[in-house]
Amino acid sequence: MKEILNDIDRWRTQGQRVAVARVVGLDGSGPRDPGAAMAVSENGEVAGSVSGGCVEGAVVTEALAVLGGTKERGVVTFGYSDDEAFAVGLTCGGTIHVFVEPLDW
Amino acid sequence: MSGRADSSATPVYDALDVALRADEPVALASVIGGKGIGAKLLVRPSGETIGSLGDPDLDRVVARDALGELEAGLTGTRHYGKHGEARERDVEVFIESFVRQPHMVIFGAVDFTASLGRAAKLLGYRVTVCDAREVFATPQRFPMADEVVCDWPDRYLVRVGPSLGPRDAVCVLTHDTKFDVPAIVGALATDVGYLGAMGSRATHGKRVIRLHEAGVTDEELTRVMAPIGLDIGARTPEETAVSICAEIIANRTGRAAPSLRDTDGPLHA
Repeated sequence: MKEILNDIDRWRTQGQRVAVARVVGLDGSGPRDPGAAMAVSENGEVAGSVSGGCVEGAVVTEALAVLGGTKERGVVTFGYSDDEAFAVGLTCGGTIHVFVEPLDW
Repeated sequence: MSGRADSSATPVYDALDVALRADEPVALASVIGGKGIGAKLLVRPSGETIGSLGDPDLDRVVARDALGELEAGLTGTRHYGKHGEARERDVEVFIESFVRQPHMVIFGAVDFTASLGRAAKLLGYRVTVCDAREVFATPQRFPMADEVVCDWPDRYLVRVGPSLGPRDAVCVLTHDTKFDVPAIVGALATDVGYLGAMGSRATHGKRVIRLHEAGVTDEELTRVMAPIGLDIGARTPEETAVSICAEIIANRTGRAAPSLRDTDGPLHA
């Protein structure tokens, strides 16, 4: 979280709304531990990461949907255990749970 | 959501922002499932809280658990009843511990110090360089250090030693028994998690005699990683810094990586 504060504060100074995504759980092997965080500005700028680059694109989509009001804040799960054949997975085969929310707290 | 009546729109985030920038330990509890999803409670080591999870009893129980997690440096998810009841699963709470930066103290203001200081910054350490010689212990020579202290190692450790813990490291790079014996003796009196000392196998052999003379026991000597670093054939100050940092990681994780202390070949490739 510490490494993304400067970006978050800069976006907020610009008047942008911000969404924060944090790894809150991990099954099996995962590249980043719980607490790994990324932030997305409403213009789509990104700071930080929640994996080794495998799911960041999908997290940005979720974050923008949460900011845009088309999706509620909540936990999103990424991993090969998903049923959808084309679900976003982790190359290491693990599953991560990411909590995505607007920074309104 | 709590805090909306506060003068700031984001009181919990603002307090978190300030605490993290000041390197103050703090725990952040977030409801990530169930009633009140998104609610936050920030807990300081003093027990002071900011925000609310929406129920005073839940706040009290989670604050207590968060303090325990913070003390252990743990991050994870717990489940509670609506009013904080154990063994119920109405509310899912993610508790994240933000602990202070680990501290690396490097004794000896030498070339290896600058490289080790840079590598330690990469790994997130707060870095102190300490040397008793005024001409060498200057911030200009060690711009990467958070602090350059001109003092004797034993005197410095009397002051700072009590703050050192399992996540911290002391690296003795002085190459001079006049400095490294008091540095090692002083560091052994602390709870520091990693203690390494530079020097050839012959140098360390002589140092062990001096340490014994200073009253250090064989059991205490098992804490000293010397020659410092992993046996990866490092040559340059930069490569040596990598071998030292890798040894610190391996010590922490308990993984089998060949320390120079436990091998018997030449130190350099």
